[in-house]
Amino acid sequence: MTVPFSYIIRNFKSRKLTTGITVLGISMVVFVFTAVLMMSFGIKKTLKSTGSADNVKIARKSANGEISSIIEGDIVNFIKTLPQVAKDSKNQAILSAEPVVIINLDIKTGGLSNITVRGVSDSYGELRKQIKLIQGRPFTFGARELIVGEAIDRKFKGAQLGSKVKIAGDYWTVVGIFSTDGTGFDSEVWGDALQLLNAFNRGNAVSTVTFKLADISKYNELKQVFKSERRLLQFEPKIEQIYYEEQSEFMSSFIKILGTVITVIFSFGAMIGAMITMYASVANRVREIGTMRALGFLRRSILTAFMTESLIIAIAGWIFGTLLSLLLTSQKVSTLNFNSFSELEFGFSLSPDIIISSLVFAVVMGIVGGFLPAVRAARLNIVSALRAN
Amino acid sequence: MEKIIISIENVSKEYKRDSLSISVLNNITFDVQEGDFLALMGPSGSGKTTLLNLIAGIDQPTVGKIIINGNDIAKLSATSLAKWRSENVGFIFQFYNLIPVLTAFENVELPLLLTKLSKSERKKRVELALSIVGLGDRMDHYPKQLSGGQEQRVAIARAVVTDPAIIVADEPTGDLDKNSAAEVLTLLDRLNKEMKKTIIMVTHDPSAASKAHIIKHLEKGDLV
Ligand SMILES: Nc1ncnc2c1ncn2[C@@H]1O[C@H](COP(=O)(O)OP(=O)(O)OP(=O)(O)O)[C@@H](O)[C@H]1O
Ligand SMILES: [Mg+2]
Repeated sequence: MTVPFSYIIRNFKSRKLTTGITVLGISMVVFVFTAVLMMSFGIKKTLKSTGSADNVKIARKSANGEISSIIEGDIVNFIKTLPQVAKDSKNQAILSAEPVVIINLDIKTGGLSNITVRGVSDSYGELRKQIKLIQGRPFTFGARELIVGEAIDRKFKGAQLGSKVKIAGDYWTVVGIFSTDGTGFDSEVWGDALQLLNAFNRGNAVSTVTFKLADISKYNELKQVFKSERRLLQFEPKIEQIYYEEQSEFMSSFIKILGTVITVIFSFGAMIGAMITMYASVANRVREIGTMRALGFLRRSILTAFMTESLIIAIAGWIFGTLLSLLLTSQKVSTLNFNSFSELEFGFSLSPDIIISSLVFAVVMGIVGGFLPAVRAARLNIVSALRAN
Repeated sequence: MEKIIISIENVSKEYKRDSLSISVLNNITFDVQEGDFLALMGPSGSGKTTLLNLIAGIDQPTVGKIIINGNDIAKLSATSLAKWRSENVGFIFQFYNLIPVLTAFENVELPLLLTKLSKSERKKRVELALSIVGLGDRMDHYPKQLSGGQEQRVAIARAVVTDPAIIVADEPTGDLDKNSAAEVLTLLDRLNKEMKKTIIMVTHDPSAASKAHIIKHLEKGDLV
């Protein structure tokens, strides 16, 4: 038989302050841990939602981001003729051959950061249906005009409706603000691809080509074409969604690993705190433990009681820390994405996996913090425990 | 025909401190009849508590046998000894040793949690035990809401609630005023007479010892 649960619970009441501080310590660690995972997951989710599952993005194999990829004009023309490319009602390929460059803009709160400027082709609206203009109008093809993602509008100076943005020595006018509901495109600036190529003297060499698949089931066929056609050997097709998801990998893992290392270090503090609390809890009750043992309670019942006590502290900390982290779900962060070397805004995103990971983390803290004190309680010699006062 | 319930045979107890070994009990031999009320007296440090602990099965002799109801309890494993204690021994301590966060009812119920009794059977037993000690109206009180004498009576209820054959009491009146002490002694006397409990009581107080049938004196670990 085990020690009654009410005994464990009521002992908390008699030590409200120390128990409260210990719970707080654990909840802080849980909060930081959850926040880091939410951030890492937020980046992944943002970039994953950027791409569509039925679009294909072509980039140079050796490139690790869009800006370092180059696709020459004749290759673009060849890709346009592939049968796997979807056509619109006017029999035009739904394809955007995009030069991607990086410019600097001033952050409203001070400092500079990199911004992705994407030149897009006529069918960009057909290709990326998630785009919505929330202010102004679309840019005019043939003019030095831009539309700006809402995250850029929020964070940067001189990127508002009517602003003039300096690109390659020329001033471009912001004529519209667009939203893609929190995808990575919200952190980009878009204009006419040809105007951009012209401004940068790039001839007709774009960075990447994105097109809609005529038939998703033909994707494998397309991959075969890129493996066998001599002119396409240096290029690689990827589902757009997967392309962007992979772009999140480095940043997402970086935050996850760094954050986990930091929280594990923090957790030592919380575990030592829990351990001190539990040792004190045992020390205060030596005679009670001796009495219960004399009455016939077994060592393992005592061990279980103290482990339970420690686990309850940990789980209370987990609940509190998790509730606190819910406040983050409405927050957005904008920072430099190491993969694209440009600004990316993303949210904190919670998932069941994260909640379970933080629970496991809290339980581990409870077990590690409570184990030695519980063992000490269980190993007490009855006679000497009864002599204690 | 009287029956021997406790038989102490050539029991010695030594404590080792560093390389020094202190002899606390020297070759003690005596029997206790079922239903006896035995008082152990002697100066401080003479080994009374140690002897009581051996009989109660919470300590082990260095040499010798402690045979209770025919079995040598020194041979039991820790787990079986714990079970044996919960069924056969009731404990009364000088400082009551109630659990402060549990009510009088819950304190008395504690040893019953080690039995297979149902909740309602436990309730019946606890209420009976508390009414025997005259605290039927204090069941929901916490120890700190009770006087010392009342606490000790709750402890007595806890000691008898499992209906053990033997009750060990280590200076049960040592921390009480005269009136409370008298109440406690009267209760012990009733447990002995009416409920036929075998009682072993350590005490310094001659008037407490006078309630017992037999008084044994210990002196530096020897029975005198
Ligand atoms: N764990 C121990 N280690 C070493 N010596 C011990 C230990 N427990 C008891 N002793 C010694 O054994 C002797 C007897 O102790 P015990 O508690 O049995 O005496 P007592 O007769 O009950 O005394 P008191 O009347 O003061 O309660 C004492 O000298 C004590 O110091
Ligand atoms: Mg003593």
